[in-house]
Amino acid sequence: MDAEAIRSERDSGTPLIELIGITKRFPGVLANDDITLTVERGEVHCLLGENGAGKSTLISILSGMTVPDAGIIRIGGTETSMNSPRHALDLGIGTVYQHATLVPTLTVLENLILGNTTGVRLNEAEGLRRLDELASILGADVDPHAVAGNLALDEQQVIEIIKALWKGKAALILDEPTSMLTPAGVGELASMLQRLKGTGLGIVFITHMLHEAIEMGDRVTVLRQGRVVGTIAPAELRSTDSERLRDRIVEIMFGEEANELSDVAELHVEAFESISQDEPDSGGGPGGQVQSVGEPILKLERVSLEPSQSSHGLHEVDLTIAEGEILGVAGVGGNGQKELAEVLAGQRPIDSGSISLRYNGAFIQIGRLGVHSRHEMGLRYLSDDRRGEAVVGTMSVAINLVLKRIGKPPFWKRQIIQHAEVWQHAEATIKEFDIRTPGPDTNIGKLSGGNIQKAILARETASDPRIVVYNKPTHGLDIRTSLAVRERIRQMAADGVSAVVISNHLEELLDLCGRIAVVSKGRIVGIVENGPNAERRIGDLMVGAFAL
Amino acid sequence: MSEALITALLVGAIAAAVPLMLAGLGELISERAGVLNVGLEGMMLMGAYGGFVVALATGSTWMGFIGGAVAGGLVSLVMVVLCVRWGLDQIVVGIGILLGVEGLTSLLHAAQFANTYPRLGKAAAPSIPWLSDIPVVGRVVFGEPYMVYVTLIAVFVAGWVLRKTPWGLAIRATGESPEAVDAAGVNVVLVRSLATLSAGVLAGLGGAYLSLVSSGNFIPLMTGGRGFMALVLAMLARGRPIWLALGALLFGFATALTTALQIFGIDIRPEIVNSLPFVVVLVVLTLFGRDDYLPSSLALPYVRGER
Amino acid sequence: MKPTDTVPPEMTDEHTVVSDGLAGGPSNADDSPGISLGSSRMEKIRRSMLLTILPLVAAMVVGGLFLLALGRDPLAFYATMIHRAIISPSGLQETLIRMAPLLLISAGLIVAFSAGIWNLGGDGQFMLGAALVGGLAASSAEVMPRGLMLVLMLLIAGTLGAVWTIIPALMKARYGINEIITTLMMSFIGVNLASLLVKVMFLDDRPGIQTPRTPVLDVADRLPTLFGTRVHSGVIIGVIAVIGVHIMMTRTSLGLRLKILGANVKAAHHAGLGVSKLTVATFLLSGMFMGLAGGVEVLGVQGFVRADWNPSFGLVAVPLVFLARMNGWVTIAFVFLLSVLSIGGELATRDAGLPNQFGLLIVALVLLFMTVAEYFESRRLRGERTVWATMADRILSKGDAAGE
Repeated sequence: MDAEAIRSERDSGTPLIELIGITKRFPGVLANDDITLTVERGEVHCLLGENGAGKSTLISILSGMTVPDAGIIRIGGTETSMNSPRHALDLGIGTVYQHATLVPTLTVLENLILGNTTGVRLNEAEGLRRLDELASILGADVDPHAVAGNLALDEQQVIEIIKALWKGKAALILDEPTSMLTPAGVGELASMLQRLKGTGLGIVFITHMLHEAIEMGDRVTVLRQGRVVGTIAPAELRSTDSERLRDRIVEIMFGEEANELSDVAELHVEAFESISQDEPDSGGGPGGQVQSVGEPILKLERVSLEPSQSSHGLHEVDLTIAEGEILGVAGVGGNGQKELAEVLAGQRPIDSGSISLRYNGAFIQIGRLGVHSRHEMGLRYLSDDRRGEAVVGTMSVAINLVLKRIGKPPFWKRQIIQHAEVWQHAEATIKEFDIRTPGPDTNIGKLSGGNIQKAILARETASDPRIVVYNKPTHGLDIRTSLAVRERIRQMAADGVSAVVISNHLEELLDLCGRIAVVSKGRIVGIVENGPNAERRIGDLMVGAFAL
Repeated sequence: MSEALITALLVGAIAAAVPLMLAGLGELISERAGVLNVGLEGMMLMGAYGGFVVALATGSTWMGFIGGAVAGGLVSLVMVVLCVRWGLDQIVVGIGILLGVEGLTSLLHAAQFANTYPRLGKAAAPSIPWLSDIPVVGRVVFGEPYMVYVTLIAVFVAGWVLRKTPWGLAIRATGESPEAVDAAGVNVVLVRSLATLSAGVLAGLGGAYLSLVSSGNFIPLMTGGRGFMALVLAMLARGRPIWLALGALLFGFATALTTALQIFGIDIRPEIVNSLPFVVVLVVLTLFGRDDYLPSSLALPYVRGER
Repeated sequence: MKPTDTVPPEMTDEHTVVSDGLAGGPSNADDSPGISLGSSRMEKIRRSMLLTILPLVAAMVVGGLFLLALGRDPLAFYATMIHRAIISPSGLQETLIRMAPLLLISAGLIVAFSAGIWNLGGDGQFMLGAALVGGLAASSAEVMPRGLMLVLMLLIAGTLGAVWTIIPALMKARYGINEIITTLMMSFIGVNLASLLVKVMFLDDRPGIQTPRTPVLDVADRLPTLFGTRVHSGVIIGVIAVIGVHIMMTRTSLGLRLKILGANVKAAHHAGLGVSKLTVATFLLSGMFMGLAGGVEVLGVQGFVRADWNPSFGLVAVPLVFLARMNGWVTIAFVFLLSVLSIGGELATRDAGLPNQFGLLIVALVLLFMTVAEYFESRRLRGERTVWATMADRILSKGDAAGE
């Protein structure tokens, strides 16, 4: 059966996609355990679950990337083996993956017609026609000859969706599509999905944000530890108000633990629109907490970085951070947060301005010092690129725990490694930070993201930290680990260790910080005191910045 | 400079350039698909041997070229299985292939021809009324062995295929981002296999040119590092066949210049002339080379689901 | 650049791809430095035997088929080979002598590969070291004591080898230009320059010399030999170099820094390791060993350099060091094996009236089979079924159709 037929068969009563008893095991993990669910035509089916719940595996099965160990897949009523992405595409199932699948060196049009290997010449005219058609359904404006790598993230996302729709005439699968989008972009996406739904397409929408599921879904399935733990049917979704839905889903997701977790950011119901709404929302956690703030410890004066093709750079950034303060940095991803973090850590030399750190009672210029010296002086940095940058995945947990102290006693004596010291340090740290690893000699790349983050946290906060820069400290972590990380940041602040927390989750910043700086296009557009109106003011600054 | 000298210089340049062009073109295609073919020299050598044996047996230069192409292609199959399908290290396997072919061709040559070195007749070239009689141009442009024209056509065809056809698009994309290609429903292993195979075939043709046209016989290890030279040229060509052809001509010219100057009585060391192109390239790279322009997934095996 | 172990999608939280490509160079995955549990030593030995002996036997069998086809007796051939390379005293000496340059080159490659840098320009670095020593040694021996001359020559060879990597090093460190192209180009230039040095600058122009070559260093002035054999002390230098490099890589902070650079450049940057300086240091160290290898070969064995001489040791050593996973001890064993194969092969082929490149074929087969064995072993370790096991299952359960 071809894709058109599968889609047009909407009145026959057979569901578009049926998964029955899908099971998939990876070494040591039961990723999908007897999962059964259906996707109907003209419906957005939300898959909700924490990281590690089995969503991604289910997606890679639906897109043909992974073949399940057991279970039946039916598309349009016909059983299929679905053993390659090509097969899935031929059945009309298009997927927007979480990681980018555009070839950065090719143009938009080339990316779109990539899968079509029939014919001698590339059929650009046909490609342009189809692009026009899809772009108008989505209401997007696309330059077909732009090079994909030069587009902004939200533009790339639109191309990813068009690419998925190109072959995905029956169903569209979106794997956490909102994680890289601006709030405005999320709104755009929601309305695009509305329009697509209207054409009879079945949509599977994966997210770990509860409010998105409630907002966009016609049907919600909750996954936990590889199993389906609950489903909310369209009728119930429509008839129940969002507060009640939230409680219900939280209960499904966490069972008895639901109460203790009720204040966690990812569970908040406020939709993305609330940022621009007039009514400030007070549900942003126990914001505006009192922090005992001491003398300034770090000063940035007119710090600038030249913009480049891939970065806005930094423009005359002025910041002062006091002892024991937790300063938040809010903003849409890619507006200079990473640059700011790397400039603070010493990974990137600044082009102008000055950075000074109070050390032994006096302010010292550290703008020219490297990572190593700054680390020694107590300035630490937790990178957001945990696997790619913060650790060496093919080396042991023990070595990764001393990665920034190579050559230093007691772990090295006369530049010779002291295995016993390194080992003991690792064992003690693993215990203290509850890092779940088979042992200190396990390659750190084999651990889960949460445990890697614990190890990084341990490394960066060891031996007299004075100010720690956290870049997305809880991104992608399960809720329990997120809470532990936040608790650690708070505790250390109470002990006088300052923190700069960069995050995409406003709720997180409102929960942790005394002041929140908002960045946009490499500038600090405002600093907001945490308090009753903080969320709205930050939102205004972010949105206002968009209009610029 | 005399007319004869200019003719000799240009003819020599083209003769030296063609094997580099063919092998380099193959390398360029496989590199664009993400496969670094270090065994190129071995594939050339096998092509030289295969071409020679077939031409000797059939008496036909064309059959010889087909033999060379098949021989080179067969060697590249080792690369296809070990590197593309199984994801083994391309540099290690490539060097293994080179050493193996060096041993194998020497062995076979010794076994078949002992120490006789049979020679082939001269390769045919067109003779067009009037055109072939024009001084210099007649010989250089219209009087080359047929394979020279085939090679030039191959360069343009390859350029066109890479730019304008679905397969070319797939090859370009596979070298950059195999996971994107896989997600788009194109078989990454197939694309890379075909690219590697075409590298073998083209290198085989390049080698066959050496034994069939340039020298007319087969001598063990006769490729003498041309495979590596072609590899460097392909990397420098930034994935454009036309640049590769120009680079190969530049090297061919340098080689021909040495010979020509010596005939002319100017004693310039071949070592200097042979090194000059590389020196120039290095200087240019030092002055202008600010970016890496190799495909970002070059030499990385692709396994679905491993990110 | 072996594929990393599969991590189920669930376990990778951010799905960041570090696609190093060639920028990453040879990686030392699976090779966590230093710390290791007391995992069964027997199992390790069994594994390494399996990964070495089996490919060796397979290569011999395939090589034997060629011999049979050529009407030679494979068993007799291999017997000669082993006899000539290991059992006969003079053969064993030849084998050990051959090890000297290979060990030094391997030391240079271990450093480079561990740091993720493909120094494929070994030949140029080697030849320049050799040519300069060939040109200067004989005349230097006349004006200074032998010991001083030898030390000075080795210093010169090592320095020149290192100097020849400076351009690729700076290009890699500054602009990230791929070192495979630059080292290969420098190698072409280096080999040409070495040839030029021999033919022009250092030419022994006494009448009666057919092939152009440098003046000959007196046998009495060459590297001291060991225990009254012909084996020269360059072998000791080679062994010390490999073991020294091994200790550096496994125990010292510099070694760990280099390994981090090889495993993950971004992490090296993040940890403040001074990536540019480390890159340049790696190139220099690697080139130094290559140049040293050339010097040792001339001072110990040849005594002079002929214009067309280029043993191309650099290329053979590349897969060898890679297969040894940059482990010094394994490298020494592999270098010994390679020397046995090439010396035994050279002598046995001469006896059998075959071209001496037949030895290359055996070496190539061993390398390829070892690579393949690694592949099957790594799949087995990852718990994946091998093709063969699956096939065996299929054959065994043929009649059991309902079992599906």
